[in-house]
Amino acid sequence: MSETEAFAGGALQIAARVRSGELSARAVTEAALEEIAASEPLLHCFNTITAELALAGADAVDAKVLAGEDPGPLAGVPIALKDNLCTKGVPTTCSSRILQGWRPPYDATVVARLSAAGAVSVGKTNLDEFAMGSSTETSATGPTRNPWDPSRVPGGSSGGSAAAVAAGLVPLALGSDTGGSIRQPAALCGVVGLKPTYGLVSRYGLVAFASSLDQIGPFALTLADAAMTLQVIAGHDERDSTSLTHPVADFATELKRGVEGLRVGVVADFLSEASGSCAAAVRQAADALADAGALVREVAIPELLHGLSAYYLIAPAEASSNLARYDGVRYGLRVDGDDVQAMNARTRSAGFGDEVKRRIMLGTYVLSAGYYDAYYAQAQRVRTVILQSFARAYEDCDVLLAPTTPSVAFPIGAKTADPLEMYLSDLFTIPTNLAGHPALSVPFALGEDGLPVGVQVLAPALGEGQMLRAGAALEAVAAPGARGPVRPQLGGPMAGVAK
Amino acid sequence: MSKYTIAGESGEWELVVGLEVHCELLTKTKLFCGCPNVFGDEPNTNVCPVCLGLPGSLPVLNRRAVEMAMAIGTALGCEIRPSSFHRKNYFYPDMPKDYQVTQYDEPLNVGGALVLGDGTPIGIVRAHMEEDTGKTTHMGGDGRIHGADYSLVDYNRSGVPLVEIVSAPDLRSPEEARSYVSELRAILVATGASDGRMEEGSLRVDANVSVRRVTSHEFGTRCEIKNLNSLRSLVRAIDYEARRQVELLEEGGSVDQETRHWNELEGRTSSMRSKEEAYDYRYFPEPDLVPLAPPAEWLAEVVAGLGLMPADRRERLALALGESSEAIEEQIATVIDLGLDDLVVTTIATGADSRLVMARAANEAAQHPDAARQLDPERFGELIGLEASGTLSATQAKAVLAELLTSGGHPVDIADQLGFKALASDELGAVIDAVITANPGEWERYVGGDDKVAQFLLGKVMRETKGRANGKLVAEALASRRG
Repeated sequence: MSETEAFAGGALQIAARVRSGELSARAVTEAALEEIAASEPLLHCFNTITAELALAGADAVDAKVLAGEDPGPLAGVPIALKDNLCTKGVPTTCSSRILQGWRPPYDATVVARLSAAGAVSVGKTNLDEFAMGSSTETSATGPTRNPWDPSRVPGGSSGGSAAAVAAGLVPLALGSDTGGSIRQPAALCGVVGLKPTYGLVSRYGLVAFASSLDQIGPFALTLADAAMTLQVIAGHDERDSTSLTHPVADFATELKRGVEGLRVGVVADFLSEASGSCAAAVRQAADALADAGALVREVAIPELLHGLSAYYLIAPAEASSNLARYDGVRYGLRVDGDDVQAMNARTRSAGFGDEVKRRIMLGTYVLSAGYYDAYYAQAQRVRTVILQSFARAYEDCDVLLAPTTPSVAFPIGAKTADPLEMYLSDLFTIPTNLAGHPALSVPFALGEDGLPVGVQVLAPALGEGQMLRAGAALEAVAAPGARGPVRPQLGGPMAGVAK
Repeated sequence: MSKYTIAGESGEWELVVGLEVHCELLTKTKLFCGCPNVFGDEPNTNVCPVCLGLPGSLPVLNRRAVEMAMAIGTALGCEIRPSSFHRKNYFYPDMPKDYQVTQYDEPLNVGGALVLGDGTPIGIVRAHMEEDTGKTTHMGGDGRIHGADYSLVDYNRSGVPLVEIVSAPDLRSPEEARSYVSELRAILVATGASDGRMEEGSLRVDANVSVRRVTSHEFGTRCEIKNLNSLRSLVRAIDYEARRQVELLEEGGSVDQETRHWNELEGRTSSMRSKEEAYDYRYFPEPDLVPLAPPAEWLAEVVAGLGLMPADRRERLALALGESSEAIEEQIATVIDLGLDDLVVTTIATGADSRLVMARAANEAAQHPDAARQLDPERFGELIGLEASGTLSATQAKAVLAELLTSGGHPVDIADQLGFKALASDELGAVIDAVITANPGEWERYVGGDDKVAQFLLGKVMRETKGRANGKLVAEALASRRG
């Protein structure tokens, strides 16, 4: 069976056909594995492909169908996992040399929940090292390429997951979003990317970058697929103390509710910071929502632009602590030294890449005695200001509309020499993480050079329902061809520079 | 306590000590995961992703550990407050995350005091929760890291719950420090939060030591002394350190603020880390845990479940004993430590001889503390009665008690089973008469007033009766025959 045939209709259709016995999970998995293998030399979406485990998982789903048991809502759907999610017995590298050879003895909660829902994990996707980056170029395994134009980045840090879905290798993938790492690559790759409310999805088994900001979420081609995936992975987990105990809404129902009367605020402060096509897409989106019956207005939340500065103090501070454990003592890389301190230093010098080192140094500095108040504490105050300004905006709005990124996908290498330029890629996504709110990027238009443009829908904490309502309305009127899957030109001009 | 001062050439110096006591809590599981909290198991068997700090793992606070920490705070008269956890960042191989989760500027227990035996109150600054580290053993060399061939790390202890109790700098002598730690230990044991075993490291003490002229009210520069594994080490180390500092100051030098290591064999402290080498711990709020604000009802439950504290229990025992209890201070400490004071007080209330009850409780029952705490005071009273009346000798009573504690039953039946039939008084009389007849010389001297010979005659009677006679009764019989 060809992959196109197997994947028709997306994840929900695959699951429906597998559940009915019309399509075998094995056939779907084989098709996905074949596509992945073929795409890997050009795109490099994956760090590890778990073909045998995937086929065994697919067979287990098929056996359940045969036995008349419920194989779960995602039965037989191939899914790719960002390589910072722990998978039992399967290498989990965070695209870092320092985790060389480490195989977790346990599955992340989301991995276990997906598996219980019948989804079939096909492998671990590439990311910026420890999710630190916006282009997947800081990966120790080399960059992932954007399937829309392999000379460009897919965004990051969840670039492998976004590109895999955009190229049609898998209908679903998981990423993690600390400052935009799901939404930004989703926008640059023309797919749906959803960052849930902090605490809605368990972080147990997500290798921490910045614990107070990290959240796991789905990539998909359609909002309905993303909503179903979120439904499966959301909900309280007693192994994560920050996991919320609220009942989880029924997202599929929310998707169908329409936007009649929904109060939408367009974040004016972001429009002037975005490129022509990215700002234009937001204006079109606003018009489309108004046409569909939403109450649309412009809102000014200038405080949000301070988010970036606060983020680059808080996230590195937490990262400097979270990444201390990679010391060569227990697992992963060890480079010997004359004593334990030398071994620690040599291991970390060899194991971490430049961007990770930069952030560890930054974080160590801002937490140091004498600097804490001026930097870390001050950044936390800014965080509070951002929360308050969001709260004010949500007094009059149910959701906010904003560009996801300042520009379309940029060429590989364009921003690697200038970290600050790279950091600006997340200007519009970061405030959401600081507030712990949910946000969504919907593929909406085609911009410069025919590349996809995403529009971002923001909502207050646990506002996934209204966020999905607005998202569905945008999906319905998105420009034809603005979303994947796209076929990268395997024999095109990029073939010579492929990894 | 008599005033402790150190005489220098230029005048007298006073000692100022504050103690930091780390207490491992007796929870069944660790602070942030479900691994067993057990001492002495095979290394690295009680571990999981959380206490090994594996990537992706997250901590979940142990409810029981919070209850024990609140019990400790209550026992020390602390205010129990909404609190939070911080990360204390530094690299050490036995600390798997390379940070320790601890409480920093918002500890659970704040303020409070501990009253020493002589009535001196010692301020408690705080008693906060934190996780323990693993344990490193340096192989080869002299057991310290320098010169070791390699090191082994056991993470069984990693994540074991600790409460760190920080005293105010109110202690003024090594003996006061000892007295503080032993009273604190008794309190921790009484709350049920600790087994108080210093030798197993479940109670660990660091001492902050400084000196000042007796006329001064300013604090001197302090040194923190580590590796104090026993009360003896504590007293010796503080005394040594105080004299070292006085000597330095008398020579016109100054004390450097530093961390020092106590070497028990050499009897001296040596520098571990200077102030310049001190870690910058880069504390910041632990984002993986939520704030801990125990509701009033929960605290009330903990307070209600708290038994009497050692000072109250000593008072209760003293009342039950009805006379000066100074001579049996050690017995009192033992029964309180083992939680046998309830048994003692109730048994005495049945009318049993108080001194005998204390002696049997502190010496023999203490060998089987778990069984002893379950012992029926009525039966224990019966046994004491049999011994007091002379029906059983001391040796026999101890044997019956051991049986009573290990197998249960009634003292009279056990005595029967063990063949402890007391000698009939006429049988004993006959033996005594025979001994007198057989040892006329000794008997003459005894009658003449030489009491020392009584032991000899008593020994003869005991030998003839193969220990079945009650020594007290024999002594009385000998005395009455002397007239």
